[in-house]
Amino acid sequence: MADLAVPLPAGTGSIGLEASGPRGPKPRHVFSRRNIFLYGTLIVVALYYLLPLYVMVVTSLKGMPEIRLGNIFSPPLEITFEPWVKAWSSACTGLNCDGLSRGFWNSVRITVPSVVLSIAIASVNGYALANWRFKGADTFFVILIVGAFIPYQVMIYPIVIILREIGLYGSLSGLVIVHSIFGMPILTLLFRNYFTSMPEELFRAARVDGAGFWGIYFRIMLPMSLPIFVVAIILQVTGIWNDFLFGVVYTRPDTYPMTVQLNNIVNSVQGVKEYNVNMAATILTGLVPLVVYFVSGKLFVRGIAAGAVKG
Amino acid sequence: MTRLENPSVSIQDLSLNFGAISVLETLNIDVAEGEFIVLLGPSGCGKSTLLNCIAGLLDVSDGRIFIKGKNVTWEEPKDRGIGMVFQSYALYPQMTVEKNLSFGLRVAGIPRDEIAKRIARAAEILQIEPLLQRKPSALSGGQRQRVAIGRALVRDVDVFLFDEPLSNLDAKLRAELRVEIKLLHSKLQNTMIYVTHDQIEAMTLADRIAVMKGGVIQQLDAPQTIYNRPVNRFVAGFLGSPAMNFLDGRLEKDDGNWHFVAEEVRIPLATYAFEKEPAPGAAVFGIRPEHVAFNSGSGWPFTTTANVVVVEPMGSDTLVWLKLANQNFTVRVTSERTPNNADTVSIGFDPMRASLFDAATGNRL
Repeated sequence: MADLAVPLPAGTGSIGLEASGPRGPKPRHVFSRRNIFLYGTLIVVALYYLLPLYVMVVTSLKGMPEIRLGNIFSPPLEITFEPWVKAWSSACTGLNCDGLSRGFWNSVRITVPSVVLSIAIASVNGYALANWRFKGADTFFVILIVGAFIPYQVMIYPIVIILREIGLYGSLSGLVIVHSIFGMPILTLLFRNYFTSMPEELFRAARVDGAGFWGIYFRIMLPMSLPIFVVAIILQVTGIWNDFLFGVVYTRPDTYPMTVQLNNIVNSVQGVKEYNVNMAATILTGLVPLVVYFVSGKLFVRGIAAGAVKG
Repeated sequence: MTRLENPSVSIQDLSLNFGAISVLETLNIDVAEGEFIVLLGPSGCGKSTLLNCIAGLLDVSDGRIFIKGKNVTWEEPKDRGIGMVFQSYALYPQMTVEKNLSFGLRVAGIPRDEIAKRIARAAEILQIEPLLQRKPSALSGGQRQRVAIGRALVRDVDVFLFDEPLSNLDAKLRAELRVEIKLLHSKLQNTMIYVTHDQIEAMTLADRIAVMKGGVIQQLDAPQTIYNRPVNRFVAGFLGSPAMNFLDGRLEKDDGNWHFVAEEVRIPLATYAFEKEPAPGAAVFGIRPEHVAFNSGSGWPFTTTANVVVVEPMGSDTLVWLKLANQNFTVRVTSERTPNNADTVSIGFDPMRASLFDAATGNRL
């Protein structure tokens, strides 16, 4: 490059300094040690996590005779979607033989109201705790947070009794209430921290403008907090969809959520283990949280960062 | 404390405690109709707290607040007839300028055409008509602050409250908006209460300045009076840049005349107007750097010579640091007459322009 260097006009260059030395941005090599380490690690880790998924997809597309050959890593010789169809519509779980479809719709009926209810309550909680410093607010907050540290298992039996007494045991609405309550500590913390990070003067300006508790919440705070709502929705959808324990305890066989049904398919002890159906059923169950992550991954990261970092 | 006849805002015995910490202590102040009052003080002196109490954003611990003769101590901010402008502008980011301006009016349920009329008027006064459909993020700092002022303007209020409105702006913009606020006040003739820690803003804008420290108003007076006759050493040191010179020494009386003595320096105080007949003892002598004459011969009640320690050129003039009675002493000099380091120069001044403070209490003598 030295021959391309333009001679400096007299008086602008420093006298005595070599004119052909390094200049401009420092060149970067693609195969530098740093890049090899960085991308090498990333590729290894990615493969490690993708391998089980690969086996699942491949197995679910094979027929049983092919699976018995034992080559779990080999791609299917003959692709069949029958295991998927069976998993969705005719696999037997206990007494019912209508596949995961029943569990899927049960899960939808559990997840949607739980997510809406818990986020609606928690966001108002967080807003009140952050902006309307009512008397005893700190105590209330501490109690709520302590709730997050108590193991769920401790509370299972008392809740069974409570639900029985109010006549909701075994119904979907009972499970919705349980999910909403258990989502409360972490969601309230999330919303409180987010609203606390918003400028206090904004809230004051709205008060001078005459907006009240709900006016400020709906017209000022809500439109500004889309990212944190996305975070909350993702947390709740995946958490509630993936829940097994509450689902199996608080519902009956005909109202089992998808996860419980999946367990009943995979862990059935009679007859032949239909690995391909099991794999297809597992993928089907995991699809909803997966789709949620893929669709909103960017918003999720932004929301987490906004809620956590800005103090 | 003298009370006004028909005050626009009247604070009576206002106290505010956060737990055991007392932020404001039995504070009294009356603001006349159409007056521009500036609350001035260092960080943490309670000036913003006082403003928030007037706005109704903080509940008071004791005392009463009257606005336009009405006791508003327990009223909500919106019912107090105030408009407030915040340091961080506090514009609603998701709304356009127009929606920002109209928010309070829409909340109050004012008819559409009335809202449009008021926005048009405010936009015209503040010259923000071309910005009405923009979001706050698309505005510069000065434009944002103009919108924030507009938000107070459209509410058609009696009293404007400004909470350090210019602190987030750069120096040039701050000077421009300062003039605009002054023009706005002379146009509207509203009562304005303005909080700042910037003494230039206080001096240029205020009809009266309230200098605050530790939750107590130290002095409430016209800017010139505060500048020339500060009631205590804190006020004297807080106002003025470069700061007032303070010499530690003693008051002595000989031959019936009072003198201020610090080592070899003897300043005759015949022309100084004492608040009341003083007593001999430790005292602090204060004089502003611009009130000291430099190399201008005799003819002053007090002249002496001193050595130059440091010279600070500031463009329009130069600050010369001297040693007088082994204490730092600054003199403001026009740029052309700048001396060199270690020069010996002569200075002179009239003690009439000086301020004497009690060494123990800091009060003016």
